Amino acid sequence: MNDRDEILVRIRDLSVTYHTRLGPVSAVDHVSFDIRRGEILGLVGESGCGKSTLGKALLRMIAPPAEITGGQILFEGEDILTFDERRLRDFRGRKASMIFQDPMTSLNPVQRVEDHLVEAVEVHEQKVDRANVLERVATLIERLGIQKRRIHDYPHQLSGGMRQRVMIGLGLVLNANLIIADEATTSLDVIVEAKLVDQLREIRDQYGVSILVITHNIALVAEIADRVAVMYAGHLVEMGSVYQIFDHPLHPYTRGLLRSVPSIKLDDQEELYKMAGEPPNLTHPPSGCRFHPRCPDRMGLCSQSQPQLREVAPGHWVQCWLYQDHPEKESPTLEVTE
Amino acid sequence: MSASLRNFLITRILLTIPMVLILITMVFIIMRVLPGDPIRSQLGPKISEAQANELRERLGLNRPLYQQYFDFLWKMIRLDFGTALTQGERPIKDELGERLPATLELTIPSMLFTATFGILLGAFAAKNRKKPIDFAIRLFSIVIYSIPIFFMGLIFQIIFSVRLPILPLAGRMNTLLLTSFKPITNFYVIDSILTGNWPALGSALAHLVMPSVTLGLALTGVYIRLTRINMIEMLQSDFITAGRARGLPEPRLVYRHALRNTFIPIMTLIGLEFAILLAGAVLTETTFSWPGMGRYLVERIQLRDYTAVQATIGVFALFVGLITLVMDVLYAFIDPRIRY
Ligand SMILES: Nc1ncnc2c1ncn2[C@@H]1O[C@H](COP(=O)(O)OP(=O)(O)O)[C@@H](O)[C@H]1O
Ligand SMILES: [Mg+2]
Repeated sequence: MNDRDEILVRIRDLSVTYHTRLGPVSAVDHVSFDIRRGEILGLVGESGCGKSTLGKALLRMIAPPAEITGGQILFEGEDILTFDERRLRDFRGRKASMIFQDPMTSLNPVQRVEDHLVEAVEVHEQKVDRANVLERVATLIERLGIQKRRIHDYPHQLSGGMRQRVMIGLGLVLNANLIIADEATTSLDVIVEAKLVDQLREIRDQYGVSILVITHNIALVAEIADRVAVMYAGHLVEMGSVYQIFDHPLHPYTRGLLRSVPSIKLDDQEELYKMAGEPPNLTHPPSGCRFHPRCPDRMGLCSQSQPQLREVAPGHWVQCWLYQDHPEKESPTLEVTE
Repeated sequence: MSASLRNFLITRILLTIPMVLILITMVFIIMRVLPGDPIRSQLGPKISEAQANELRERLGLNRPLYQQYFDFLWKMIRLDFGTALTQGERPIKDELGERLPATLELTIPSMLFTATFGILLGAFAAKNRKKPIDFAIRLFSIVIYSIPIFFMGLIFQIIFSVRLPILPLAGRMNTLLLTSFKPITNFYVIDSILTGNWPALGSALAHLVMPSVTLGLALTGVYIRLTRINMIEMLQSDFITAGRARGLPEPRLVYRHALRNTFIPIMTLIGLEFAILLAGAVLTETTFSWPGMGRYLVERIQLRDYTAVQATIGVFALFVGLITLVMDVLYAFIDPRIRY
């Protein structure tokens, strides 16, 4: 599919800082990556790694005390960081939209499902024919697997899964190109979660939208994503196709994440691995590589100098000294063959 | 109307019955435990025991307490309050029939004024949180909250009736017009419209401005603060963020989505405040010589008119019961989650 290789969003050197009383927190630090058209990209990392902040930044939903301190977000070639209020509002909803973690609270409790959807259309499209919109909304809701009559329900009358589907519908009704799903399945039970995951894939196939799935659950990423980005302490530490990440994880952090996933094989007697330590406090991030205090493979160099994100195999990027040369490095650079 | 909403309404209306019973019972108890003998205080110390007994018998105060209680209950339910002991011994029903409309004519505009003004200012402050206008609105809310009603009324009277006489000082209508005025419902505004008496309408409205604004302002502070706090919380809620993320315009998010949800806690306040409003009406009516329930109550307490006081408090209680019912019903219409 040629379409899939076309790039929808280019994120370049993006930095987001929270200005707190204890000093600035660099929650997203010089992050660069691309989101391709029609792909499902998994963004994974422990809590507090800056995933949500990054997701919000993609819609420029960063408000004080946070601030986008640098970089570019090129959406279809245009930097959304330069948009004025009006263009930004047009961009949100029409081009990109977001689904949040808690389906209980992300819909207006006193507004019916239908009114949410109709409102989105009416706000964004001039001169709409109401009957037409109602028709469109009803069709969409049915395609999302919600019975047509439920469209007159209030949010509290729907199940969590249905509410998340309504949120997805709110992204689709305007034909947005990008849906950001921030922990959108986390609060659902396993069966509902599995259904929603299937549905996200179907939606991608049907509508050709790109979906950024933000989660701390790497197992979910394996199920749903085409490509994976791994974030640690505000840095993008590894990125590649789902096969590259799961079959050939390179970064010690990615390996740690993968080893800590419980295996369902019964004869697997290996005790569940738990990564030592916790993500750092980002008011005072560790020097050099931010992962070095927890890294099993750390070298002297790692605490002194920060590695760059390098493409070590086609489409496989990693930010780690193991795979990069440096004059003061003690051990030889590892070759990656895939 | 959905079945659940209908069920809610029926339940809520049925619940009003015990509530009103409790209120009436409380009025009964309070009237009995108040110190002083109503008969003695009424007839004075010099009357004979026979005269006192005769009056006791007439009021049924010689009978056992439980009989008095059920008698009182039955009369309240039928809205039969007996006759006043003073001022011509007219039936209390007739007296309140004149006084209650006067109070409502004062409190309803106050309520509307305070609710609209307070809620809009509060929402506006929340939207502009931490900006100078927010501080100004908060300061205003504290100042008007802390000024006593009679003092505020007095200041208004000095400014608008004495210094630049544009509004009448007191009363419900110009005395000259009052001689030719035919009250029907005793709501002067309504009556003057019904009889097509336009000068009377103008006078009634002009007389209404100061007292209702005074009473309204006194409560506005609370509304501003409550709306502001709730709006600030509401504006941080997920559905507002989600709305912003799909490009809904900010005014729409603030004044439609957030404000409509903020109405829910505020509705409760409106119901509760109505009771306070009635209390405020006592002070306002006194300041502006407004012949309503509040002033009636004060007058009759001074005259120790036992039956009139008992009936007036009873009607106040019924009213509070009625208003909370109305508020709960409105509440259910606004908030789809409130269905039992
Ligand atoms: N409102 C805030 N004020 C200050 N710091 C914040 C705020 N929100 C998030 N952070 C900090 O930013 C970092 C990233 O947070 P977040 O993007 O929520 O991570 P994730 O979604 O990966 O769990 C964390 O270290 C957190 O402490
Ligand atoms: Mg998060």
